[in-house]
Order: sequence, then C-alpha cells, then structure tokens
Amino acid sequence: MGVPERTVLEVYRYLPDEESEPRFQSYEITYRDSWVVLDALDHIKAEIDPTLSFRWSCRMGVCGSCGMSVNGEPKLTCETFIRDYDTETIRVEPLSHFPVIRDLVINMEDFMEKLSTVSPWLIPAEDKPLEAGEYLQTPAQVARYKRFSMCINCMLCYSACPVYGLNSMFTGPAALALAERYNLDSRDNGKKERANVVTAHEGIWECTYVGECTQVCPKDVDPAGAIQMLKLSYALDWAKSLVLPGRGR
Amino acid sequence: MTRELTHPLPRSWWLKRPAYFRFVIRELTSVAVFAYTLLLIWALWSAADAGSFSVFYDFLRSPLSVWSHVVVLVLALYHTGTWIALTPKVMVLWREDEPVDPNLIVGATGMLFVLVSVGVVWLVLG
Amino acid sequence: MSPQPDKTAPLFWLLFAGGGTASAMLLPAMVFVTGVAVPAGWVAEDDLVSLIGNPLTRLVVVGLVFLFLFHWAHRFRYALVDLGFGRLGKQAWLFYGTALAGTILAGLAALRL
Repeated sequence: MGVPERTVLEVYRYLPDEESEPRFQSYEITYRDSWVVLDALDHIKAEIDPTLSFRWSCRMGVCGSCGMSVNGEPKLTCETFIRDYDTETIRVEPLSHFPVIRDLVINMEDFMEKLSTVSPWLIPAEDKPLEAGEYLQTPAQVARYKRFSMCINCMLCYSACPVYGLNSMFTGPAALALAERYNLDSRDNGKKERANVVTAHEGIWECTYVGECTQVCPKDVDPAGAIQMLKLSYALDWAKSLVLPGRGR
Repeated sequence: MTRELTHPLPRSWWLKRPAYFRFVIRELTSVAVFAYTLLLIWALWSAADAGSFSVFYDFLRSPLSVWSHVVVLVLALYHTGTWIALTPKVMVLWREDEPVDPNLIVGATGMLFVLVSVGVVWLVLG
Repeated sequence: MSPQPDKTAPLFWLLFAGGGTASAMLLPAMVFVTGVAVPAGWVAEDDLVSLIGNPLTRLVVVGLVFLFLFHWAHRFRYALVDLGFGRLGKQAWLFYGTALAGTILAGLAALRL
C-alpha cells in the first residue's frame, strides 16, 4: 500500500449559478501510493466538498469519460498516478478547447456531432442479404486498421490540438482517424462518400501536423499519422482523376 | 440554460509546451527554404554575364552571406531531420500482415539523404 | 451548407510535400556548397560559372525553385494561421502567387543565357 503522503490539488472551479468567473480551489489531501487523480477527486467530493463536479465511469481507461487537464497535460485521470508528480501542487482543469459547463465538466456536443459526420460505420460496396453470412476478413486485413479502431472517444487529442483550439470548425483528430479506420477496412467501400467531409477545407487539410494528438492518446491510436495517410491517399486519388478522368465519380 | 465558459486559445499558445515550440520552429524552417530560393534565382540571373556573376560570387564570400548561410543550414538540417522522422507516418508500408518497422523507413530515408548530400558535394567539388 | 471537397488543396499539398522532400534531401548540401565551399575557396569562380551555365543545371535549379517556393508558400501560410494571423494566412493567392512569380522569374533567368 505504501505510506500515506500529503499533496495539494488545485482544482478549476466554475459554478455558473453562483459565480460568473472560474477560480482555482486548493484541497489538501492525504493520498496513498496507489491513488490516481480520479481517486483524489472522489475523495474530495466524498469527504471535503460535495459541490465538486466531474465525469467518470469505468475507472479502467476504457470508457473515456474522465479526461481532464493535469498540470496542463490532457490525461485520463483514472490512470494518472499522483505519485508520478513531484510538483508541490497538482493542477486539475477541464480539457482545453471545449466549453466548460461546470467545474471539470465540458460540453462534448461538438465532438459527438463531428464523429457522426465522417460516417464511422461500414459502407459495403453492396449490401448482402442476411443469409449470405458475414463479411469475412483475414487477420492481415484486420491489421491494416486495427490501431485506428482503438479510440475510446476521450477527446484528449482535441484538447492537445491547437488547430482545433484556434478553429473549432476543424473536424479534428479522433473523427478523422476514425474515417481512416473505415477507409482502410477491406469490407468498406465508403471512401468516396466520406470525401465530402474528410477532404473539405475544415477536414484533413486544416491539420498542420503538430503531432500532439498522437502523443497524448491513451490508446496509441496515432490520429496524426492517420490524417497524413488520408492526405496522401486522397491527394493520390485526385492526381489519378486527372490522368484517368473517367474513373470514379 | 446555464452559461458555458469558453477559453479562447491565446496567441502565445506555442510557448506553452516544448512540443508546440518545436512545431513552430519546424514550420518556420520554410522561411529558410524561401530565403535560399532567392539566392538560387539570383544565381541564375547573374550567370548571364561575367560582371554580374562576380558581384554574386563576391557576395557569397562576404561575412553577411556566410552567417546567413549558417542560419539557413541549421534550419535546413532541422527541416531534414523532422521531415525524415515523419516519413513513416505518410509512407506506411506493409509486409504481409506486419507493418514495416518505422525505424527502418527512417533509417533508409536517412541513408538516402547522406548519399544525396555526398553526391551533390562531389558533383560540385569533385 | 454541407461540406464540399477542397478542390485545390490536393494540388497544393502534393507540391508542399514534393518541395518538402526535395528540400529535405538537397538543401543542406546546397547550403554547404554556397555557404562553406565557395567562401573557403574550394570552388573557383570559373567552375561555378560553368556549373550554373550548364543547361541541365539550370533546368534542375528552376525545378527546385518551383518546388521550394510552393513548399514555402503552403507551409508558411498555414504557420501564419496557426500563429494567430489567420486573416493573412487565408489569402492563399498571395502565397501561391508569390511562388508562381518566383518560378517564372527563375525560368526567365534560365532562358536568358
């Protein structure tokens, strides 16, 4: 278990019904070696200040609900250990680039909307009747897109992306990575259908490869790489359409 | 309906994280590429007659030119390094059901850079 | 309005990428030649004249000017947007126009000899 130690959590507070401006509130806590930041927030809510609001669900890095900014870095707080911070205080803020509803709770509507715009589902060349059975795939075909399918929609990548921070019209890392996940799927034929959103100005072309989305991703999805692959793939399609205008739409 | 707070990104965002700063430097290496292009255009124009070429040649040997070249060389090498590092992100190769090791692609591109560089210098000096 | 594919972006991105690759591979060596080898006296004036006078060299240099300039135009334009100068960065014609003008200038210079 380890010896209990003390630290101070500086938590971003915004209570829209009572105050017009956000502020930081410090909570001194005693924590154990096994505590993650989310444990400390739970402890504060249960023992010190029940007015504190934050999102969480699975506590095991799968649901993607507990993303927050810890000392300025976007993190899943359920897998961010307090013991790893040697700073005097640990600053916990809501994810950057999203509107704050209350305390550490952000409005994720924009992200949810963007996810659906890239048609993140299989668009087969032709629909088979149910009796025809499954759309089969070899392990090699799965390997092509597997990495990009691991996204848990935690939005850490949006929080790390200055391009999204500057222009919230940008489709953004997770949604574009998901588009590439389906484009790379051997069962899918929706690349052209996704082109309208993906190759719009606010789609892949807005990305300047800062690369931090990939660095902060807790699931190793590599959205920055996915966007580069999309750029090359759609740019080559464009070049091919010049040489062979009859092909495609 | 409660009021939601937005925090617009300050213009100094790129000073907040080392990675952001490195990104901005990477993008600004393009200014060095631009500056060197001006020199190339001047070189082409000056080659028309011996007089104007002497002016160009003397400029290359001036301290201003040498120091500018040092700055451009540092930025050009940074551009080369970052560009090679990103090559496997754009060029994803597959061998059966295994992706080719990105380090292998970086290594091969790096080798190519060395060979090309030696080739260019040899072509001029050799 | 539903989003539409950006019609010009693939062209400018391919030029950016091509110019980025060309400059990544060639620029350090070229800078070494004009910035170190020439001032150090390793390249005689006559040798440099005949090198630049060579039609093949001139063709290659014009091609490099074209690629380098379009690489700069694209990257610098987006850097301005990222640095908060979006209004300027969105004037695409200004940057790609400069790149085109520079290429024409280099082409004319190459033909003059």
